[in-house]
Amino acid sequence: MKDDLVLRVVGRLMIPAILLFALYVQFHGDFGPGGGFQAGVIIAAGIIFYALIYGVTATRQLVPDWVIETMVASGVLIYAGVGLAGLLLGGHYLDYSVLSHDPVHGQHRGIFWVEVGVATTVCGVMLKIFYMFTSRGNSEG
Amino acid sequence: MAITVVVIAVTRNLFSVIVLSGVYSFLMATVLVALDAVDVAMTEAAVGAGVSTVLLLGALHLCKSQEAKPTHKPWLPLVVSVSTGALLVYGALELPDFGDPEAPIHKNVVPRYLENEVEVPNVVTAVLASFRGYDTLGETTVVFTAGVGVIALLRRRKKNPEKKRDET
Amino acid sequence: MLAHFTNIITVFLMVAGLFIIVARGNLIKKLVGLSLFQTSVYLLYITPGKVIGGTAPILSPQYSVYSNPLPHVLILTAIVVGVATLALGLALAVRIREAYGSIEEDEILTRDHHVESEETKEPL
Repeated sequence: MKDDLVLRVVGRLMIPAILLFALYVQFHGDFGPGGGFQAGVIIAAGIIFYALIYGVTATRQLVPDWVIETMVASGVLIYAGVGLAGLLLGGHYLDYSVLSHDPVHGQHRGIFWVEVGVATTVCGVMLKIFYMFTSRGNSEG
Repeated sequence: MAITVVVIAVTRNLFSVIVLSGVYSFLMATVLVALDAVDVAMTEAAVGAGVSTVLLLGALHLCKSQEAKPTHKPWLPLVVSVSTGALLVYGALELPDFGDPEAPIHKNVVPRYLENEVEVPNVVTAVLASFRGYDTLGETTVVFTAGVGVIALLRRRKKNPEKKRDET
Repeated sequence: MLAHFTNIITVFLMVAGLFIIVARGNLIKKLVGLSLFQTSVYLLYITPGKVIGGTAPILSPQYSVYSNPLPHVLILTAIVVGVATLALGLALAVRIREAYGSIEEDEILTRDHHVESEETKEPL
């Protein structure tokens, strides 16, 4: 499909826009619709779009397997880590009010890191499942 | 949406079933926006019409089949489904009217959430990440487990070609 | 009756999804039916949350009546868990296809019965 001119041009226009929109949805999750889940799925959809146009092998070189596996695990660890940080700083587990000098800022920080963790895990899992499905067909006889 | 569902039930070509399920997800996302659920609509559109359709198409490519003709008329499932539906409608007649602001669902915890102690305008994100953070932690773990499960089911071990040669 | 129109639509979608799961033999179609069933449950939760005259639950000084945000939170989690279930179900279907050669429920059951009857004949 990478020989088709229309797809290549549209891909070049849309994929950066998709990734940028995903970042917008992630960081403006506090002020408008959005948040971690939506951003993770939109990033995964953008990369799958790239894989549909340029092939899965090119995508595997761009985003290797070890990056995705690290993303999957580290998202959950970030989330649990924020909870532990609350515990270490004197509050309850997953208590955000103690994370900063002021409870409101603490909540903002806690919500920010938690959403980053969620987006990382969701994006990693979606991409990993996509890779698994496509590589299974290729190695069959 | 009802028409889409009936056509999905009847069609035998699996590719059109998958495309119709994507159409259904988009229609559902539109209905959700009409019901003021903007976060949910965004997630449903991205997940249902995007990732879910891609995964179904990937699985169809690996399975490569067409649905066979059903061998017997589905009278018993039809009777069971219709009777379950009738029971549910009978139970649903007691529910509060649509859009009623005095319904009990709006009374218990929600006024406290809407008072916004955390000064985050998007109440859904605030509830998800702060008021009910444990649920979101559990849900992230579920997604992680699903990823690990798919890896465990579909991983190809590198030693397989030699084992297969030994078996044949 | 008109006030319960939304409930009737939701129940219809739910029953249609249930029918697809029970009455069709193809595994992939069953999984599509399962996801349709889950989607109708999302409607079941969110419809009572809407307040006529309210707006989306994003706080802003211009509005004073909001729709209920609590069902939105629960359903957001449910959607992502639903797609995780779908992915696992599809992985299982792919493995079944490799092991049995087909994904029709009748053929799989017949092949299981054949294998069972062959295994019970062996000690003779």
